[in-house]
Amino acid sequence: MKRRNLLATAAMGLLLASGGAFAQGMDKVKACFVYVGPIGDGGWTFQHHQGALAVQEAYGDKVEIQWQENVPEGADAERVLTQMALGGCNIIFTTSFGYMDATNAIAAKFPDVKFEHATGYKREHPNVSTYNARFYEGRAVQGHIAGKMTKTNKIGYIASFPIPEVIMGINSYYLHAKKANPNVELSIVWAFTWFDPAKEADAAKALIDQGVDVIASHTDSTAPLAEAAKTNGAVIGFGQASDMAIPEYMPTPRVSSIIDNWAPYYVKRVGELMDGTYAQVDSWAGIKEGEVEIGMITDAVPEEVKAEAEAMRDAIAAGTYHPFTGPINKQDGSPWLAEGATAPDGDLLGMNFYVEGIVGDIPQ
Amino acid sequence: MLRLEKRPTPSKFWLYATPPVAVILTMIAGGILFAAMGKNPFEVIRTIFWDPLFGEFAFYLRGQLLVKAGPLILIAIGLALGFRAGIWNIGAEGQYIMGAIVGAGVGLAVFPTESRWIFPVMVIAGAFGGWVWAMIPAILKTRFNTNEILVSLMLVYVAETILAKASTGFLKNPEGMGFPGSRNFSSYPAAQNSFIYEPLGLHWGGVAALVTAVLAYILLTRHQAGFQIRLAGQAPRAARFHGVSPARLVVLCMGISGALAGLAGMFEVTGPAGQISIDFNTGYGFTAIIVAFLGRLNPLGIVLAGFLMALTYVGGEMASTNLGLPDAAIQVFQGMLLFFLLAVDVLTNYRFRLAVGAH
Repeated sequence: MKRRNLLATAAMGLLLASGGAFAQGMDKVKACFVYVGPIGDGGWTFQHHQGALAVQEAYGDKVEIQWQENVPEGADAERVLTQMALGGCNIIFTTSFGYMDATNAIAAKFPDVKFEHATGYKREHPNVSTYNARFYEGRAVQGHIAGKMTKTNKIGYIASFPIPEVIMGINSYYLHAKKANPNVELSIVWAFTWFDPAKEADAAKALIDQGVDVIASHTDSTAPLAEAAKTNGAVIGFGQASDMAIPEYMPTPRVSSIIDNWAPYYVKRVGELMDGTYAQVDSWAGIKEGEVEIGMITDAVPEEVKAEAEAMRDAIAAGTYHPFTGPINKQDGSPWLAEGATAPDGDLLGMNFYVEGIVGDIPQ
Repeated sequence: MLRLEKRPTPSKFWLYATPPVAVILTMIAGGILFAAMGKNPFEVIRTIFWDPLFGEFAFYLRGQLLVKAGPLILIAIGLALGFRAGIWNIGAEGQYIMGAIVGAGVGLAVFPTESRWIFPVMVIAGAFGGWVWAMIPAILKTRFNTNEILVSLMLVYVAETILAKASTGFLKNPEGMGFPGSRNFSSYPAAQNSFIYEPLGLHWGGVAALVTAVLAYILLTRHQAGFQIRLAGQAPRAARFHGVSPARLVVLCMGISGALAGLAGMFEVTGPAGQISIDFNTGYGFTAIIVAFLGRLNPLGIVLAGFLMALTYVGGEMASTNLGLPDAAIQVFQGMLLFFLLAVDVLTNYRFRLAVGAH
C-alpha cells in the first residue's frame, strides 16, 4: 500500500471520527488571485482586485490575501497556480478566460485547494468552480440610452473577440437601441484585443468617421472615451468594466457605465469556505445580485431617458424583465424566441449568431 | 579627471567579468529600490536568486527553470549568430509565433490520427514556419537593401494578427463552444511535446536548446561558416576580400535564427502552453535579445544566461506573490540587468585613465 493512500485513509478515519467534520469550515483562509493585467489598469483587473480587497475588508485577520499581476496565459499561469497551491492558498481565483486549461490542470494535482475560474466553462474536477456576470443585462440599459440619444441614428460597438459573451452583448445592445429608436443602425468594429489603447482609439475613430455618435465598447481601456471627448460633446460613450468616472469625461462623453463588481461573489465564496457550506458551482449573477452595476447616468442624458433606463435596470433586478424576451428572430430571419419566451441560459452561453437587423457577419 | 580611452585590443578579463559584475550591481541597485519600497532587500534578493534553487519548493521550481530557459536559449543562440555577423534580427518574437502556428497547424490538421511520425513532422514544420518568416526581411535586405531591424520588428505585429486570426478562426477548437483558442495538445498525445523527465523540466524543447548550444559552439569555432560569421562582424572589408558573400551570410544567419525561433514556438505551443491562443506569445523573442548579449554572444554563455534570466522570472514571480511586490518592480529589476551589462561592457573596449596635468 502506498504511503499516500495510507495517510488518506487515516485522514478519512479522523474525519469520520469527528462526526461529519467534512462540512466543517476553516478558521483562517488564504485567498489568492491571479490577474491577467496590472491592478492599476482601471478596468478588468482593477475591478477584480477591488473584490480581493473587499474580502480582506470583510474578514479582517481571518483571511490572508495574495495576488500576482500580469500573469501570461499558458505555461506561466500553471507555474503561478502551482506556486500558490504549494504556498498554502486555500482558494485561488483565476480571473481571465485564458486560464481555463491551466486552472483545470493544476486543480487535478491539488484536490484540497478550491479553484474558481472566471468566465470559463470547464469544471473537470470537483474542486473547480466557474463564475461569470450577466453583462448583457447592463448592455440592455446602455442600448436604450444609445437609441434615445443618437442624433445620426448610427450607433457603434467596439467588439473584442467573436465569443458568445461578446456576441450576446452586441445583440442585447442592438435590440434595446432598436426598441427605443426603430431607425437605428449598428456598426461593429472588431478590435481583436481586450486591452490595447491604440487599437481601441483607432476603432473609435473609424466609427466616428462613419457618423456614429454613440459608442459602446467591449474593450477595457478609456481610449474610446478619449476619442469621443475630442468631438466637443457630439459623440458619447460608456465606461466599461469599471466606472471610468473621470471628471473631464463627465457629463459627456461618459454618460453611464457598466461596472463589474466581483466583491459580493468573492466575499460569499470565501465566507462559505470558512463556515463549511462551500460547494462547486457554476455562477452567473447579474444586476440582481449586485455583480453588474449601472454607473451613474449623467445630466447629459435627458431626465425622462434616465428614468426609463433606471426603470429597466430595476425591472431586471426584480426579475420582471429579461433582456432577451421574444419575439426575436435571428439575423437570417429564422425565429429564435417566440412571443413572450425568454432566452434559456444555454442559448446565451453558446450564442454564435446576430439577431435580426444587425448588418454584417461574425468574423470566423 | 577621469576619461575613457579605447583599448588597443578588447580586454579578455572584462569580457568574462562583465556578466557577474553586472549581476552584482543589479542586486545592489535592486536592493536599494526594494528597500525604498519598504521591503527587506535581503529577503527579496534571496527569494529571487536562492529560493527557486534551494528553497522549500525548489523541487518544483528547479524544473520550471529549464521550461522557462529552454525557449530563451534556443532563440538567443540563433540571434547571436546573426549579431556576431552584424545582422540584426529583432523580430524573433514573430518567427516564434509563426513556428508555433505552422507546427501546431500541421498537428491539428491530422487530428486525431495517432502516429509516431506526427510529432517529428510538426517539429520540421515549426522550424519551417519561423524560417519563412525570417526570409522576408532577409530577402528584402539582400534584394532591396531594406533595414532588417525595422522589417523583422514590424513582422512581429503582422504575426500577432495572424495569431489572433488563428485562435478565433482557422485553428479554433471546433469543440470549444465558440471561444477562441485551438484544441489543447495535452489531449492529443501523438502531437504533444510531453516531459521526458519532469523533475528537471526536460521536454524536447529543452533537449533541442542544449544540443543547439553545442552545435552552434562547434559551428563558430571549428567550421568555415562560423569563421565567416565572425570575420564579417569584426572586419567586414576583410571578409569581402576573403570571398564572404554578404547576401549569403544574411540569408544564412536570418534563416538559422528564424528556424530556431520557430522551433522554440513549436515546442512551447505543443508543450507548456498547450494550445494556440490569442496571447500565446509572452515576449520570449524579445527577452532572448537580452539573453544573447548577457551570454556574450557565445553559445555556452547563452546557456548560463538563459538560466539566469529564467531565475529572475521564476524568483521574481515568487517575490511578487509572497512579498507583495508589484510586477512593475520586478520588470525594473530585470531591466537593470541589461542596463548594467551594457554599462559595464564599456570596460571591455575602453579603460579609465586618470588625466594628469589637466588641460
